[in-house]
Amino acid sequence: MSEGISQPDAPVTREGRAKGDLFAKFDDLIAMREGLLASGVEDPFNLVMEKVLSPTRAICNGRETILLGTYNYMGMTFDEDVIAAGKTALEEFGSGTTGSRVLNGTYQGHKECEDALKEFYGMDHAMVFSTGYQANLGIISTIAGKGDYVVLDIDSHASIYDGCAMGKAEIVPFRHNDIEALEKRLKRIPADAGVLVVLEGVYSMLGDVAPLKEMVRICKENGAMVLVDEAHSMGFIGQNGRGVAEEQGVLDDVDFVIGTFSKSVGTVGGFCVSNHPDFEIMRLVCRPYVFTASLPPSVVATAATSIRKLMHGSNKRAHLWENSKRLHGGLKGLGFELGTEEPQSAIVAVIMPDLTKGAQMWEALLREGLYVNLARPPATPANMTLLRCSLCAEHSDEEVGTILQMFENAGKAVGII
Amino acid sequence: MDRAEIDRRIRDIIAPFNKNGVTITDQTTFQGDLEFDSLTVMDFVATIEDEFDIIISMNQQAEIETYGQLVDAVKKLVDSE
Repeated sequence: MSEGISQPDAPVTREGRAKGDLFAKFDDLIAMREGLLASGVEDPFNLVMEKVLSPTRAICNGRETILLGTYNYMGMTFDEDVIAAGKTALEEFGSGTTGSRVLNGTYQGHKECEDALKEFYGMDHAMVFSTGYQANLGIISTIAGKGDYVVLDIDSHASIYDGCAMGKAEIVPFRHNDIEALEKRLKRIPADAGVLVVLEGVYSMLGDVAPLKEMVRICKENGAMVLVDEAHSMGFIGQNGRGVAEEQGVLDDVDFVIGTFSKSVGTVGGFCVSNHPDFEIMRLVCRPYVFTASLPPSVVATAATSIRKLMHGSNKRAHLWENSKRLHGGLKGLGFELGTEEPQSAIVAVIMPDLTKGAQMWEALLREGLYVNLARPPATPANMTLLRCSLCAEHSDEEVGTILQMFENAGKAVGII
Repeated sequence: MDRAEIDRRIRDIIAPFNKNGVTITDQTTFQGDLEFDSLTVMDFVATIEDEFDIIISMNQQAEIETYGQLVDAVKKLVDSE
C-alpha cells in the first residue's frame, strides 16, 4: 500500500542498461514517452516559446499562438508600471542578491513586497519565499512536527505533499472536497495532538473550488489550525481578490494563506501571510526560507507593483469571469466533457478519453495556433488526461471566439466531438 | 477485539475491491497480487478507517505491504483506542 503504485507487474528493462544504473527505475516512464513520440506527435512537455508578444500571445515553432495555459490570470506580465519598476530596481540594486534573506539577501524591495502583501490581505505578517513551491514546502514541514498531524485533501498539489514528506508529522489524507470525510478524521485524532489542515482555494487540475466555509468552521470546532493555498485564486476570486476564503467569508479564521507570484502577480516567488502573533519566528526556523538565495531585486519590485495594482483590479476580474463563463459554456456546447459542471474559476479543464487522444488533441490545437496544458497521470485526479485551459483577463472577446473555433476544428479532426 | 474478528471484518470489506477474485492470505500483497492503484487504496483505507473508527496515516500505510501486516496494524490501532 505504499506510494509506488504506478509500477506494472513486469517492469520493462531497457536494453543495454549497465548493472547498477540508477536510471533503471525510470524505464517505464521512458518507454511511455518514447511510445507517445513514436506516434508522431510533438513533445507536449518540451515546447519552446521563441518570442512572447503579450500575456496572451507568443511565437511557438514559428507560429503565432494564443496562450491559454499560462496561469497568467490577470495579464500583469507586460503591465507598463510593473516593467518600469523592474527596470529601475535592476539598475539601482543590481541583478541579484547573492544571499539568504537572513544574511545579505534582504533589500528594501523585499520589505516593500512584504508590506504590499500585508496590505493586500489585511494581515499582520508576510513572508516572501523564492518560489511558491518553497512556501508550501517550508511552512508545512516547519510548523507540523513529530507527533502533530497534517490533514490534507487527497488532490493536494505536489508542493504540499513534499512539505508533508519533508516534515515528521503524521499525514492523513481525505477524499477530495469531502466535508464529512474531513470531519471524521479530525474527530479521530488524539485530543492532545497538534493538527494542521491543508486546503486549496481552487484545485488546479479541474479548476474546482473548495467548500471552505464549512471546512474552516469544522477545523476551528475541532481545534485545528488551517492553511489555505490560494495560488490559483489570488487577484481574481473574492471582492478584493484575496481568494476563495474571502469569497466564502472565512478569511479571518484561516491561520495561514499560501500564495505565489507566478500566476496572477506575473513573476516568480511565493509567500505566506498570517495573523499569528509569533509568525516572525518562521524566518529563523524555516529551512527552505533560510538556506536559499532571496529573489532578485527586479523580481520583488515587479511583484510589489503588481500586487498593489491587483488591489484595484475589479474591472479586470469582471472581464475574466466573463471569459471563463463563455469558454466553459462554449466548450460544453461543442460537446466536450469538462472538469466542472459550472465554471468555478479561471481554469477550464477538458477531459480527454486517454493520453494518446489527449496528446493528439494538444498537437492539433497547437497547429491551429492555441497553447493549452496537457496534464496526465499521476499529476491528475482519477488518472485522467486533461487539456487544462487557464484564461487571462487580457483575452479579448474576439480571442475567446477564436479559441472556441480552434477547439471545434481540432476536436473534429481528432474525432473527440 | 481479537485478531480473528478483525481479520473477518477486513475480509468482508476487501471483497468488493478484490476484482480478480484473488485468494486472500496473510502474504497477499496489495500492490502486486491485488493490483490496487492509488485511488483504490484511498477508498479501501477510508472504508477500514470508518469500520474501526481509526486513522491509518500515510506514514503507517507506507509500512503495510501485505494483508497480514494490515490486519496486525489495525489490531494495534484498535487496541490502543
